[in-house]
Amino acid sequence: MNVTLTTNADQFERAREQLARTAAGPLAARRETGWEQFRATGLPTRRDEEWRFTSTAPIAKGDFALARSGEVPSEDLIRPFSFGGVSSAKLVFVNGHFCPQHSRRLTLPDKVLAGNLADAAVSHPQLVSEHLDRHPRSADDPFTALNLAFLEDGAFIHVPAGLRVEGPIHLLYASTNGSEPLMCHPRNLVVLDEGSEVMVVEHYVSLHEGPAFSNVVTEAVVGPGARLNHYVLERENEQAINIETLAVRQERDSCLDSHTALFGGRLVRNNIHVTLAGEGCDSLINGLYVGHGEQHLDNHMRVVHAAPNCHSRQLYKGILDEQSHGIFSGRIVVEEGAQKTDAVQTNRNLLLSDSAKANAKPQLEIYADDVKCTHGATTGQLDPDALFYLRQRGIDETTARGLLIYAFASENIQSMSVPSIRRQLLQALVQKLPHTAMFDATGEEAQVVEEALGAAT
Amino acid sequence: MALLEIIDLHARVEGQEILKGLDLVIEPGTVHSIMGPNGSGKSTLANVIAGHDAYEVTSGQIRYRGQDLLEMEAEERACAGVFLAFQYPVEIPGVSGMQFLRAAVNARRRAAGEEELDAARLLGLFREKAEVVNIDMALLKRAVNEGFSGGEKKRNEIFQMAVLEPTFAVLDETDSGLDIDALKIVADGVNSMRHEDRGFLVITHYQRLLDYIVPDFVHVLMDGRIVRSGGKDLALELEAGGYAPVGA
Repeated sequence: MNVTLTTNADQFERAREQLARTAAGPLAARRETGWEQFRATGLPTRRDEEWRFTSTAPIAKGDFALARSGEVPSEDLIRPFSFGGVSSAKLVFVNGHFCPQHSRRLTLPDKVLAGNLADAAVSHPQLVSEHLDRHPRSADDPFTALNLAFLEDGAFIHVPAGLRVEGPIHLLYASTNGSEPLMCHPRNLVVLDEGSEVMVVEHYVSLHEGPAFSNVVTEAVVGPGARLNHYVLERENEQAINIETLAVRQERDSCLDSHTALFGGRLVRNNIHVTLAGEGCDSLINGLYVGHGEQHLDNHMRVVHAAPNCHSRQLYKGILDEQSHGIFSGRIVVEEGAQKTDAVQTNRNLLLSDSAKANAKPQLEIYADDVKCTHGATTGQLDPDALFYLRQRGIDETTARGLLIYAFASENIQSMSVPSIRRQLLQALVQKLPHTAMFDATGEEAQVVEEALGAAT
Repeated sequence: MALLEIIDLHARVEGQEILKGLDLVIEPGTVHSIMGPNGSGKSTLANVIAGHDAYEVTSGQIRYRGQDLLEMEAEERACAGVFLAFQYPVEIPGVSGMQFLRAAVNARRRAAGEEELDAARLLGLFREKAEVVNIDMALLKRAVNEGFSGGEKKRNEIFQMAVLEPTFAVLDETDSGLDIDALKIVADGVNSMRHEDRGFLVITHYQRLLDYIVPDFVHVLMDGRIVRSGGKDLALELEAGGYAPVGA
């Protein structure tokens, strides 16, 4: 234990010295708080209730150096990661550092700010200081504290009142391999003024083999009547470690549509913390985690109903093959006075091998008396009766399994609104679970047939 | 050559012997009906023919068009033309009827060395067959059997049978739970498929179905064996007198 603590303190101490030497600016002043908070606890261990199922040892032992800016990957490496021309803007971060050479505003309206946080802190100091670090809980969460301790850059998005942005703002986080394994702690800030709407896609990829550690915090303020569509697509290599925290505050009558797809990474922790702070809010929080090999995919939800008449829906599904381990820990808190809360939380896991593992920990904490809250979790294997039914119709066992897995995943994938993202995730599913191959090929076509049918009936 | 020949078949499920020396020969172009009380082994027979893993054949043979059926996997049997209309059709959330039937039709065509059907031709085929069994094409857009009424599920089985055009079809209590109109639709579907090359095994509790699907042969199954066989009039006799005098 002591060895671990020394090691992890060492790498972060070194990184801190490095940061102090190279970067200043208006954000630097906030780092001390984060560092003090982190130092008080260090990395969490499995004795922490919130980390019962996930060991942070790979981070402690990783000996990561703080990534510095400057690397500009070739266009060929970046180009494949796009959504077929639908994006309104693309902001590229390489090892957590903004890469203006690859970043573009495409169809984004002039009034929308979309760029990097470090520059925004200089050009729009009031806007940034008003919202930055208001909602993430660095005092309770060592990784959020660590992120604050290394606050340097990230994405900044501001949508003014009443403006609706067509097409996603694509945040591409690409990790590369240096001479030593690198870590980064990007901080993103998304501010939606009253009645505005935007889609933000956080897309994590690896440009090379090799380990990397990302510890990302995204904070979003969704103004009254505004709508945030937020996606996390984890597609890194299977040596990568990614701790992603999304902290959202919703004002009255606002909507959040959150979709997470974890396909890549060796150790991934997906924290989604949403506070429904104003009356009449709506939250949809969906996720799909698909593991194989020794992947460890940990989802940690916290939805706080702090105001009356809000509605939240969570559907998280795991597909776990080989020795992978999936976790869903979800807490719904209904605060005193949050009457007429309507909250549903569902977690379903499909285990494809005897050694795959799923843990589910749904929790309700209710301090109001007129509420409707339900939660449920199931873990199982493919239904043998369904398999026999398919096989009796002539479908071979491999294909039948693929069809059932595809069906399990498609509920989440089909709830995403961007067709090219849906297609990419279906392809990712096929690549990962080869026995689904036949069904990706036919899936889209089958849909065409279904549409034809719709027209016919 | 007989379409199906069952010789001294013994089978068990969950360690309990259910079929205890069953013999049956079905010639092409004939409809056979099997009647019998609960627990006599009717559904076990259907599942053994279809190749369900949970049913273990301990001895005996089933030959299908001269082939050893018991050597074949469930999907191979299906591709060779064996069809089971399930007593309890399974709900498959997330898989649309279209996807499902498309995969099934093309799996069989591949096995037969035929070209796969494209979307347009499949759609034409489905429309044609939907009319035969009076099923709403909209059901095909929904997940397989999910939220279907009992009657819809059974009609969907007959629809699948019409689309897949099996050589030998087993109907496992397809009539149970159906009102008279649905029963007629199911029977019309089966009758429209009667053909000199095709055989049917209709498993039922009730003589009622056999008013609409008139069998060539009726067999009585009791305690894992066929204890009596006859023509269509045997069903009427059973209806009047029950099974007891038969077995006695």
